[in-house]
Amino acid sequence: MSGFISIALVALVFIIIYQIGKASEYAGVLRGEEKVKVQTNRTIAWLLLAFFILGLYGLWECNEMFKGRVLNISASEQGIEYDRMFNLTLLVTGVVFFATQAALFWFAFKYQSTEKRTSFFYPHNNKLEIIWTTIPAIAMAILVAIGLRAWFNMTSEAPKDAQVVEIVGKQFNWLVRYPGRDGVLGKRDFRKISDADNILGLDWTDKDNMDDVIVQNGELHCVLGKPIKLIIGSRDVIHDVGLAHFRMKMDAVPGIVTTLWFTPVVSTEKMKQITGNPNFVYEISCDQMCGKGHYSMRGTIIVHETQAQYDAWMLMQQSYYSSVHKPAAPEEQKKEVKTDTVKVVTMK
Amino acid sequence: MSNEEIIIQGPNIAHGAEAATDHHGHEHHEQHFIWKYIFSQDHKIISKQFLFTGIFWAIVGAMFSVFFRFQLGFPDSTFPIMEKVLGDWAKGGKISPEFYYALVTMHGTILVFFVLTAGLSGTFANLLIPLQIGARDMASPFLNMLSYWFFFLSGCIMFVSLFVETGPAAGGWTSYPPLSALKEASLGSGIGMDLWIISMATFVVSSLLGGLNYIATILNMRTRGMTMTRMPLTVWALFFTAILGVLSFPVLFSGLILLLFDRNMGTSFYLSEIFIGGKALPHIGGSAILYQHLFWFLGHPEVYIIMLPGMGMASEILSCNSRKPIFGYFAMIISLIGITVLAFVVWAHHMFVTGMSPFLGSIFVLLTLLIAVPSAVKVFNWITTMWRGNLRFTVGMLFAMGFVSLFISGGLTGLFLGNSALDIHLHDTYFVVAHFHIVMGVSAFFGMFAGIYHWYPKMFGRFMNNTLGYIHFFITFAGAYLIFWPMHYEGLAGMPRRYYDYSAWESFKSFQGLNAFISIVALIVFLTQIMFVINFVASIFRGRKVLNSNPWSSPTLEWTTPTIVPPHGNWHGEIPEVHRWPYDYKDDGNGNDFIPQTRPLAPGEESH
Ligand code: HEM
Ligand SMILES: [Cu+2]
Ligand SMILES: [Cu+2]
Repeated sequence: MSGFISIALVALVFIIIYQIGKASEYAGVLRGEEKVKVQTNRTIAWLLLAFFILGLYGLWECNEMFKGRVLNISASEQGIEYDRMFNLTLLVTGVVFFATQAALFWFAFKYQSTEKRTSFFYPHNNKLEIIWTTIPAIAMAILVAIGLRAWFNMTSEAPKDAQVVEIVGKQFNWLVRYPGRDGVLGKRDFRKISDADNILGLDWTDKDNMDDVIVQNGELHCVLGKPIKLIIGSRDVIHDVGLAHFRMKMDAVPGIVTTLWFTPVVSTEKMKQITGNPNFVYEISCDQMCGKGHYSMRGTIIVHETQAQYDAWMLMQQSYYSSVHKPAAPEEQKKEVKTDTVKVVTMK
Repeated sequence: MSNEEIIIQGPNIAHGAEAATDHHGHEHHEQHFIWKYIFSQDHKIISKQFLFTGIFWAIVGAMFSVFFRFQLGFPDSTFPIMEKVLGDWAKGGKISPEFYYALVTMHGTILVFFVLTAGLSGTFANLLIPLQIGARDMASPFLNMLSYWFFFLSGCIMFVSLFVETGPAAGGWTSYPPLSALKEASLGSGIGMDLWIISMATFVVSSLLGGLNYIATILNMRTRGMTMTRMPLTVWALFFTAILGVLSFPVLFSGLILLLFDRNMGTSFYLSEIFIGGKALPHIGGSAILYQHLFWFLGHPEVYIIMLPGMGMASEILSCNSRKPIFGYFAMIISLIGITVLAFVVWAHHMFVTGMSPFLGSIFVLLTLLIAVPSAVKVFNWITTMWRGNLRFTVGMLFAMGFVSLFISGGLTGLFLGNSALDIHLHDTYFVVAHFHIVMGVSAFFGMFAGIYHWYPKMFGRFMNNTLGYIHFFITFAGAYLIFWPMHYEGLAGMPRRYYDYSAWESFKSFQGLNAFISIVALIVFLTQIMFVINFVASIFRGRKVLNSNPWSSPTLEWTTPTIVPPHGNWHGEIPEVHRWPYDYKDDGNGNDFIPQTRPLAPGEESH
């Protein structure tokens, strides 16, 4: 019923607006088209000017409103460089934005047609063209130079002492594998995968696999100040490891291995204070469309303050091998260990 | 009859005696309705067919965005009205995640391909190329007709896919495999995906037939005196649009056919090492990334296929309503060439985070930012065109100015995304959604609206209602900024695109209020577009009649035809000869402020 009423209302508004449009057309004919044209032109020029000024005001309001919520402090070393570069680009584009939009709207107002005005025949000026080809070209060259320096930094080899963790996407959650005490991730093969007892297809003939730990709720633990290198893979379709707070992102593509590394510089606890949000948690979002549960493919990152804290957490973990090769009871228990995540929606 | 004229009239003679006698004898031998309006070979009718079909699809595509915006804006509410329209897909008035993704995919596909490629190029290339270069029709009116009908067929297939049981394709308009290649991966990867591929392949055929025709016509069928450098910028823009399409659509075609093979014939072009649906698949050795290269080799030029016609029309309409020549005609052509060439070598900027070699990435950063230079030149030239003009704010002019404003806003955010080091955070977030909607979605729409309002008198011999046009402009312009500007902020916070619901995310749920706001504005903007369609249709029958055959006082050739352009042939008698460039907005000595292209140079007058 309410649907019907709203449709009727909308139709009514349409009819009214249409009639106004029609009426103004007839009125125009009656009052003399030329005169109406001149008047309309002036009104529109004012409206455009008002649009521009309101637009600037709106922009300012919008900035005020979102100030704290976008690009809040970067949690990685790489991100700090990112923010610097972002601000520089923002400055360059901001200047161009205001200059060109202002010119556009100001000319619209200033050179609106009047009876007296004639236009100035000005077909070209090669000097101007050259100037405004070279200046953008130079600006672009600078942005490219800065960008590529940052890019090569980010994509460089991870430091030797980096913690190595594998993260594998599947529909629709993240599996995180830690190398265990030996510090080496064992071989795996997609043909050995079994949802019951070998979710990543670890090759049990490889000794390195025996102590590997797989965290199935998508929790990625790392240590403040210690570089962490992610080995990224996917079991089925393309996913993407999105680390908004660390300003990092990399696709997880079946059949190939991708990597990414960063150095966390703000611990989870510290970030809770900074944001004033006791529920704060670093989130891993899947950033590549992967099916119906894409929006719920959530992981978390826990940045420990010290290596000792991390080690303590690690001690509580059971190797994947022993967890699947043991009676079910202790495993059941383990699952109930309270973790640092808020509501996790996992779709099957 | 001179030799040249015989060549010019060739195709008309070729497709029926009545056309040949037509423009001499004027006694028009009546064609059957079917041949005149349905299987017509007249470029003007074909142009209208593209336009009407485009409008149909625009309504569908935009309505889909309203549906999924309801979900994004009000994830906790239900809208029983949606259940009425969408049936089981929106049980209890809330769309299911599968169908949300299907809607997003269809929205993107429809608007990008059916509306802003076929609907935009098809309409204006068909209308303007012959009329502005002085030709009686396209080089091959028959292929031209086929081009429309392949488009129609492609649309039918896509439409059918909306009703299959597992739903239409749902992997995004980019349809990346393996998601799109494996039926187990999602409902939308069932038969809906096959239909999507077939529909797109048919669309490629349509686009090639059209494009080849436009190129051949522009190169071969210009009237006497219409040298390439006397062509209006609209024709130049449509020319490069066609070139882009002809060179890049075949690559998409090949990519899609390989995808079809992977889906149905057990090949492994894109598939390798996959465990899905409880079993490991036998595929080994394919590359999912290969598809992305093939797709974006079209995908990037595609955004310029969408942009260039708008650029051409904005140039034309800005100049005409500023009563001032376009500033830097040659610079405009050269920048079009620059954009066209560079458009082919920047595709991998969509793939910075696929794990491709950082060195390769750096080359694409360089080339991508380079394309900003010709774009900037165009913007400066448009603005200088308005400087010291005598500005007439017709509705077309307003939309052309809106086009420039949006192109600036959207183009500048491209500098963030093209720089890989910045893209690594922004990729696939709402920042991208904001960027491409402003720079290509809305601004191309503005170019299209400008064109429709400006050439409506040519198409239908009547004007659209002005007041409604102004209302349409201001609401749409403000709405576009209100919808898409705030999305930049969401993107900066890292909010991923193609999400059905954000309420479980600590980092993104604070944007719920903003999302609701955006959805409300989107609904208002949508209703305003419906008002535009009503104005459009009603004006065909009830609009003010055009009395003066050149209502905008424009120097270009299309305004030298009679107000009701004669079918088959366009001009009674001979096609006018051209003597000057298309932007001579200067005193003609009789109190007019422009000199038509057909007027010979006065003694002592210098040509441009
Ligand atoms: C009323 C105007 C419009 C609104 C409110 C709107 C809204 C949206 C939103 C919110 C999305 C992202 C959905 C998601 O990722 O979950 C989207 C996607 C998209 N839109 Fe629009 N849109 C509008 C008009 C257009 C136009 C004119 C185009 C033409 C180019 C367009 C092309 C696309 C494309 C290509 C996508 C990406 C689809 C995908 O992710 O596969 N939209 N739109
Ligand atoms: Cu995903
Ligand atoms: Cu691109």
